[in-house]
Amino acid sequence: MNPFFHIGRYFMLMFRVFSKPQKLSVYWRQILHEINSIGISSLPIIAIISIFMGGIITIQAAFGFTSPLVPLYAVGFTTRESILLEFSPTIVCLILAGKVGSNIASEIGAMRITEQIDALEIMGINSAGYLIFPKIAAAVLIFPFLIALSMFLGIWGGYAMGVSSGACTEYQYVFGIQAFFQPWKLYYSFTKVIVFAFIITSVSSYYGYHTSGGALEVGKSSTSAVVYSSILILLFGLILTNLFFHR
Amino acid sequence: MIEIRNINKTFDNRHVVKDVSFKFLPGKTNLIIGESGCGKTTIMKLMVGLHEVDSGDVVFDGENFPKLDVKGKQEIRKKIGMLFQGGALFDSQTLEENVGFPLDMFTDLSKEEKLDRVNFCLQRVKLEGKNKLYPAELSGGMKKRAALARAMANNPRYLFCDEPNSGLDPKTSIIIDDLIKDITQEYNITTIIITHDMNSVIEIGENIMFVYKGENWWTGDKTEILGTKNQELFDFVFASEFMKTFFKKD
Ligand SMILES: Nc1ncnc2c1ncn2[C@@H]1O[C@H](COP(=O)(O)OP(=O)(O)O)[C@@H](O)[C@H]1O
Ligand SMILES: [Mg+2]
Repeated sequence: MNPFFHIGRYFMLMFRVFSKPQKLSVYWRQILHEINSIGISSLPIIAIISIFMGGIITIQAAFGFTSPLVPLYAVGFTTRESILLEFSPTIVCLILAGKVGSNIASEIGAMRITEQIDALEIMGINSAGYLIFPKIAAAVLIFPFLIALSMFLGIWGGYAMGVSSGACTEYQYVFGIQAFFQPWKLYYSFTKVIVFAFIITSVSSYYGYHTSGGALEVGKSSTSAVVYSSILILLFGLILTNLFFHR
Repeated sequence: MIEIRNINKTFDNRHVVKDVSFKFLPGKTNLIIGESGCGKTTIMKLMVGLHEVDSGDVVFDGENFPKLDVKGKQEIRKKIGMLFQGGALFDSQTLEENVGFPLDMFTDLSKEEKLDRVNFCLQRVKLEGKNKLYPAELSGGMKKRAALARAMANNPRYLFCDEPNSGLDPKTSIIIDDLIKDITQEYNITTIIITHDMNSVIEIGENIMFVYKGENWWTGDKTEILGTKNQELFDFVFASEFMKTFFKKD
């Protein structure tokens, strides 16, 4: 369908999502609930992926740097840069787009087709605000912590696997991960994370909210949610990279 | 009282609701009847604003709903209880939370007062003690009853019920019909019930609109309906063998 139609309808939905909440205490309770279901429940997958990716990056880097001209601490340096700049903020967010995005779209989509959203509207509740705002707020709050954890575990995984496999020495790795550190790059990473958190939750909510039909359509909404939030993550990743690495 | 005047609705070139006018009276069980697909649910959704009318008025005690702004609509909706065809209970909440939901959102009752009210409503639909069950753990009939409990929780002025007893066994149907009638009279609620169940019509049909192909075809009450000379209504009423055997005179 016409992309402008979706963009227009998306912004109209967001306008309702961010209109003044009707009862703050209820919103708070929802946000806490969403922090749990979006954030805490994603911890295991993030931990596993981060540790292994850290290890893999380290071993590959060590294998690649065979030239005597490249100092071996480059292994730690490379691992750190890859994880902080790209792996944790982007790849982990893409994985979360799959997990969290499909979850949100199917939850809201099921509520739509079973008239639960109509029921909210009938009670005089702004259903968009009530259902979607807590999800966006929770994600924007909790994603930076999830990604920070992913960064930590990735670097730790690189250390554990790199050193234990003999790819590099403890000293080289520890020296490498501290070398030439530029703090502004963390701003870049966490800006990306917050933008991606917003994209994943709002786009997935959009597809869920505008589901019509039956169970089949809920499945389609959930697929669209993952596909389009992934594409938008990459697009905005590119835009932000251009902004931050501009000379 | 709710009065609808000349409401129209078209879905992709199909004129589904045609110039329908009717007065729904307070303290009475107002029925919308008609065969499936004739536009009953659409009329109800137009009244509460889940669909927008193409033209016409929906007047809630003097306030023309389609003309109100978002705030004004929300104020009226807080006085509406609605029982959806499928129940529309919130899956992620227990029965107690479902029924207490309107109270959470719109009242400042204490925890104890809320629980009292919830238990009162659950007891009226004969679901007492089921507080901690989730919708997925309920049968179809129990879901409908729970949804009714939620619809009545916040003392609505207007109660909309879309086929409250479709898919229920006859005994549960009667319980629900009686309950709706009782609370309607007790609290002087303007109640609108969609049904195509003739038993309900005979039981609680105080003010009936028969819809045929999107038009208000006939109005009257349960005594008038059995003696109708209107061909389409006659066909609708006497479509079942049961009705033919017991009521047809000639
Ligand atoms: N959202 C919609 N979009 C398009 N057509 C619809 C929509 N809702 C209902 N209709 C159509 O309007 C007609 C009346 O439907 P409905 O009011 O649900 O009938 P009833 O409740 O009397 O069984 C049907 O032909 C249905 O297909
Ligand atoms: Mg219907």
